[in-house]
Amino acid sequence: MDFQSCVNIKKEWDIVGARQLGRDIAKKIGFGTVDQARIATAISELARNIYLYAGSGKVCFEAIDDMNHKGLSIIAIDEGPGIEELSQVMEDGFSTSGGLGAGLPGVKRLMDEFDIVSEQGKGTEIKVVKWLR
Amino acid sequence: MSTLKLDLENYKELLKEYIRTKDEQALYQAEQFSKHSMQHNISPEEIINIHVQSLEEIYPEMPADIQASMNFLLETMISYGLAYQEHQALREKQLELKSELSVAANMQKTLLSTKKPDFDGIEIGAISVPAKQMNGDYHHFVQDQEGSLGIGIADVIGKGVPAALCMSMIKYSMDSFPHKRMEPSVILESLNRVVERNVDSSMFITMFYGLYNPQSHKFYYSSAGHEPGYYYHHERGEFCEMDAPGLVLGVTKDAEYPQKEQQVDPGDMIIMLTDGVTECRQGDRFIEPEEVLEIIKKYMDLPAQEMVEQVYKHFEKLQDFQLRDDFTLVVLRRNV
Ligand SMILES: Nc1ncnc2c1ncn2[C@@H]1O[C@H](COP(=O)(O)OP(=O)(O)OP(=O)(O)O)[C@@H](O)[C@H]1O
Ligand SMILES: [Mg+2]
Repeated sequence: MDFQSCVNIKKEWDIVGARQLGRDIAKKIGFGTVDQARIATAISELARNIYLYAGSGKVCFEAIDDMNHKGLSIIAIDEGPGIEELSQVMEDGFSTSGGLGAGLPGVKRLMDEFDIVSEQGKGTEIKVVKWLR
Repeated sequence: MSTLKLDLENYKELLKEYIRTKDEQALYQAEQFSKHSMQHNISPEEIINIHVQSLEEIYPEMPADIQASMNFLLETMISYGLAYQEHQALREKQLELKSELSVAANMQKTLLSTKKPDFDGIEIGAISVPAKQMNGDYHHFVQDQEGSLGIGIADVIGKGVPAALCMSMIKYSMDSFPHKRMEPSVILESLNRVVERNVDSSMFITMFYGLYNPQSHKFYYSSAGHEPGYYYHHERGEFCEMDAPGLVLGVTKDAEYPQKEQQVDPGDMIIMLTDGVTECRQGDRFIEPEEVLEIIKKYMDLPAQEMVEQVYKHFEKLQDFQLRDDFTLVVLRRNV
């Protein structure tokens, strides 16, 4: 738990910045190429949702280094409109852009832990964790 | 070869073998390898990763640029991997739905089952086969307190689960009608009110209802927009249509269903069916109603139940064993 760093998401370009920082941290923690790519993709999905639906927000990273496991925790926070039909959104095949397998269910698959809190009119907070194996 | 393990060593050896021989044998093993990987839910990006690692070991001097390009390839596979996993999940879901549906279909079979009554001198044949798992057709026999035989045959416009749910409702309303004297026009009027009150207006049900009096050998019938039935005159050896005017069930509250009657002589037959029979298709062509009658005629000498089964088999085959609509055929024959 030594550091936490965030990337503000306002422009589409910021998605790339978030991926970059996330990948760097993942590399430092010791994740292999495949997991790095998965983590980067998850970050993309989260950051793009902020950019598209909330307008602005941030993605924060935290290296986890407990006694028994290492991992990366990512939190995406925005103060946008929130997600109305959470259970629907988490269902496969729902994502509006028809991106096969992508979207939030994809993020859940890419990572080991997934937690979402969203309140209408207040915003959305998604926390995901990937454990190093 | 079935002991193929998805590990780096194995892949590396296969790859080396192929690079050395370029022969089909190694490619066949690659195919086996990929099938095996799929069985273990291995995503494409993992295969690429194994490939990259193998290359690094086989060619320690591999240029860094080439190596970088491999990571680029791996990155492009992530989304395919997700789509693959989603596909797996959806497949499982589909299996679940399928088994749920087959439980429902079995329940429906039990719910809608009707017993062919035994009547002296009258022979009945009945068959009803759903196009999909659930049946949107329905037929029903009932003996009223005066000893007459009531026969209803109905079709919900639409197929599958909604149609099946609708049919269960029809069945339970029919069961709850008093069994005193089941006049076709009265039955249809009551059912019409039930449907009008309870069923979504986008759902239509057609029904043909007949009542056979085994003493007078008179057959009374009414129709709610249903496919006409047929009457076979044994003496004259010809069929004629049996139809009565009447609106589809559920359209308006006070629809009326005029009743007609038909004298039934020995050897004569009453044929009731749904449009799954008359609208059978051979390729793109709808069959003509005469064809149905011809086939019925062909099997007429058989006992009634065998007859309807043979007719069904004929049309099932004609449609390459793929029913497009639920198929229901009921035949009643006066033997003596
Ligand atoms: N941060 C957010 N704020 C508000 N709404 C959101 C947010 N993230 C997602 N949503 C809503 O949830 C829906 C589903 O998001 P998801 O990322 O799963 O799919 P998508 O963005 O529609 O398509 P894809 O990500 O495949 O391109 C979105 O269409 C959007 O309505
Ligand atoms: Mg999205």
